[in-house]
Amino acid sequence: MTATPNGGRVQQRRSAWRRLPARLQAALAVLPVATLLACSGSATRSDTGTGSAAGRAAGAAAALPVFHRDDMLWLERVTFGLDSVSVAEYRRLGRERYLDRQLASQDIAPPPIAAAIDSLEVTHADAQQLLIEVNTQNKAINAMPDGADKDQARKALNDRGNKLAYEAARRELLRAVYSPSQLKEQMVWFWLNHFSVHQNKANLHWLVADYAERAIRPHALGRFRDLVLATLEHPAMLQYLDNSQNAVGHVNENYARELMELHTLGVDGGYTQQDVQQLARVLTGVGINIGNAPKLKPEWQALYRRSGAFEFNPARHDFGAKVLLGHAIDGRGFAEVEDAVTLIVKQPACARFVSRQLASYFVADNPPPQLVERMTQTFLRTDGDIAAVLRTLFLAREFNASLGGKFKDPMRFVVSAVRFSYDGRPITNTRPLLNWLNGLGEAPFAHPTPDGYPLTELAWASSGQMSRRFEIARQIGSGNAGLFDPEDGGAAVASGFPQLSNRLYFEGVEPFLAARTRTALDRANSQQEWNTFLLSSPDFSYE
Amino acid sequence: MKRRHLLKVGGAALLSAGVRGRLFAAPTAGPRFLLVFLRGGYDSTNLLVPYSSGFYYEARPNIAIARPDPASSTSALALNADWALAPAVRDTIGAMYLQRQVAFIPFAGTEDLSRSHFETQDSIELGQTVNGARNFRSGFLGRLSDTLLGSSSSMLPIAFTDALPLAFEGGSTVPNLSLKNVGKPPFDERQAHILSDMYAGHHLETAVKDGLELRQEVATKMADEMTAANRGAINTKGFELEAERMGRLMRDKYRIGFIDIGGWDTHVGEGAAQGTLANNLANLGRGLQVFSQTLGAEWNNTVVVVLSEFGRTFRENGNRGTDHGHGTVYWVLGGAINGGAIAGEQQAVNRSTLLQDRDFPVLNDYRGVLGGLYRTLWGLSADQCAMIFPQASPLDLRLV
Repeated sequence: MTATPNGGRVQQRRSAWRRLPARLQAALAVLPVATLLACSGSATRSDTGTGSAAGRAAGAAAALPVFHRDDMLWLERVTFGLDSVSVAEYRRLGRERYLDRQLASQDIAPPPIAAAIDSLEVTHADAQQLLIEVNTQNKAINAMPDGADKDQARKALNDRGNKLAYEAARRELLRAVYSPSQLKEQMVWFWLNHFSVHQNKANLHWLVADYAERAIRPHALGRFRDLVLATLEHPAMLQYLDNSQNAVGHVNENYARELMELHTLGVDGGYTQQDVQQLARVLTGVGINIGNAPKLKPEWQALYRRSGAFEFNPARHDFGAKVLLGHAIDGRGFAEVEDAVTLIVKQPACARFVSRQLASYFVADNPPPQLVERMTQTFLRTDGDIAAVLRTLFLAREFNASLGGKFKDPMRFVVSAVRFSYDGRPITNTRPLLNWLNGLGEAPFAHPTPDGYPLTELAWASSGQMSRRFEIARQIGSGNAGLFDPEDGGAAVASGFPQLSNRLYFEGVEPFLAARTRTALDRANSQQEWNTFLLSSPDFSYE
Repeated sequence: MKRRHLLKVGGAALLSAGVRGRLFAAPTAGPRFLLVFLRGGYDSTNLLVPYSSGFYYEARPNIAIARPDPASSTSALALNADWALAPAVRDTIGAMYLQRQVAFIPFAGTEDLSRSHFETQDSIELGQTVNGARNFRSGFLGRLSDTLLGSSSSMLPIAFTDALPLAFEGGSTVPNLSLKNVGKPPFDERQAHILSDMYAGHHLETAVKDGLELRQEVATKMADEMTAANRGAINTKGFELEAERMGRLMRDKYRIGFIDIGGWDTHVGEGAAQGTLANNLANLGRGLQVFSQTLGAEWNNTVVVVLSEFGRTFRENGNRGTDHGHGTVYWVLGGAINGGAIAGEQQAVNRSTLLQDRDFPVLNDYRGVLGGLYRTLWGLSADQCAMIFPQASPLDLRLV
């Protein structure tokens, strides 16, 4: 880290401000206080273990390797955006050790965030109990005579569903901003999108929290097959793609098709309409039950499966022989489903499709084919070990060559802006984040179709989205944006605006800024405007 | 509609640097076109009901719409001896049909047989041949607006969506802005300049500039919305409000528009005369009616096409819904079209005419249908048509 040019930059900017009116100068005089607040915010995290490294970073800087532009961009890409903790850890460990630690990382959150997550109802709720509750209430409401009471009851039930879905989004956003396991958080987001469900269908408001926590999160860096099976057995997916309705004599192909097209093989993955129909038959009987187990013929009883609300009911299953992707599958119950998933995820087309999706998200809109091929080989060799595939990706020459060229999608933009602006200081209210994501069209659990949000710049950088992005940059840069208001709607807490020209900026961002961005920053009339321009700059939107 | 404006179009010239001027150019006369994309594959068989087919009633024991019956408000509205309209749009689209402002094209769609939402939506928006080499960054509305902008700077395109749709991908940039919520612009002119300057020479330069300007422009235009409502204008909400805003922007300025509407993937419990699909159709019908009213006299100079990626299975499934199918019904609307017609090639509706014993075949390819409309509307040459829809033959359905 070179101190002199940074100091020079500070001087230059301050001298520009000296030409400002006295009133503004007075306002700017409070800035050092804001800086101190940001620093004390970092210091309170020292008990997490990694925070202390951040606290020591300044003193130890001389002994650490120089932080190059590539380091900054590499770290930006692997994480949801720079903060002091990630920069300090990266500098301490070096790239490869940092990566290995990230690939092995557990779910941990700084204490205030852990406490916020623990206080959520969804953290302690049981999906099956929630389904029983919503079904019971729905029945009761349907039995009520039409009128104000019925409307009131229906609204109360909807509000409760909305609250549960909001909590699910709040939990994921808090972790995305604050978890030191940044790569894992990115992967949870990636897989939630890959196995996308939409909260507005059926009872999904009540289920998305459990889906993220129990189907996606435990396998985000694990085996791909486990991930497929966990989503296949989750009531959220079973409702979303209608497999809960799929039964012998009433076949519904929706999930069977998307399982191959979107989740595993890709649309050009070599399967046919015939395969879709065969897989749909394999999947008959895979559904949801929140009541008592059905009465079954004796020969079926051993084949019955139940786990929470998930059920495999042999009485609804088509036991005829099937042929999937050229392989015969004998009719024998849920074992067919497990065999079919194994067969599908072992196809080279699956390894290639998943590798390409990962590379599109992490490397480039059109990832280099030779990189995708090496990831595919890793996938096949390791039996779909996601961490191993990612290791191939992040240490590749092609990954390095791509740095600086990937446009942040709205999730990365919003999360990185809050990470950078508040640098570890815990926000209390996540509604502004959710509003921004809604405005940019990428809110959690809100993609209407099962293909998930696009992974490419094309989808996020239209004229309307760019102006929306700048508006959000202004909201974050020029005030507290409601991020520190109590979640319960209590009195708003005033806390000014963030101080973006902080140490993190001078260490990790300023040395690498484009000339046009520097010019814009120099034209800022206030710290708020300066913040807005920095967050709106191409430097901030590309990583 | 008579061909009022035979434009001398000079090929697909790319936009030059004068983007800023383009956004504020005053409108001149010329046809308008709005594409309404129903994403999810709407069940066209319960919009345009083949009521003369006994097989329809056999195949849909729970979700069929009753045969026309003047005494019943939940029966279909007969349009001719074979086809009838869903009661959900009787008062809107039905009324416009009687005024010859609406036509339907059954057996319409694509050659894409994947029955995948995403693949078929993409292939429609690309508007290229399915089996040839495709350019995945070039949509047919992008090529249409390039062609028209090459001739006249007033042929401004716009997408009323949060994201720019694939249909508009192409050489020149197209502004996009969802009209669901519009508010005050957040930046003054100096700030907008500084923001734009940061992107000078960047490949997002035009998008950034357009975005900042359009935001300002729409805010100004919509400022009197509340006042207008208080003067007794229709109290609109949801899609109707959006449609009214679209109508104002297209009346005053933009010539080629795009909007998409979701919620049509009715695998489960789609309903019949009432229910999920009926609610969606009613909402759409009201919106299109408001759009036509907002355009005023310019409605006579406007064509709207409503389409969807595919139709659905002819039979209902085990869950009183329908699954992904193939052929669908396109709508063509406009104040001066030759409406009140069921257009295009057709065949009897029975089991033997289904495609793969499952869904409607496609007899009217979307590229031919749209290409034919564009050819007449703007007097395009064969070369220009081929630029917009390569290797497709424009169909003359005599609707415009």
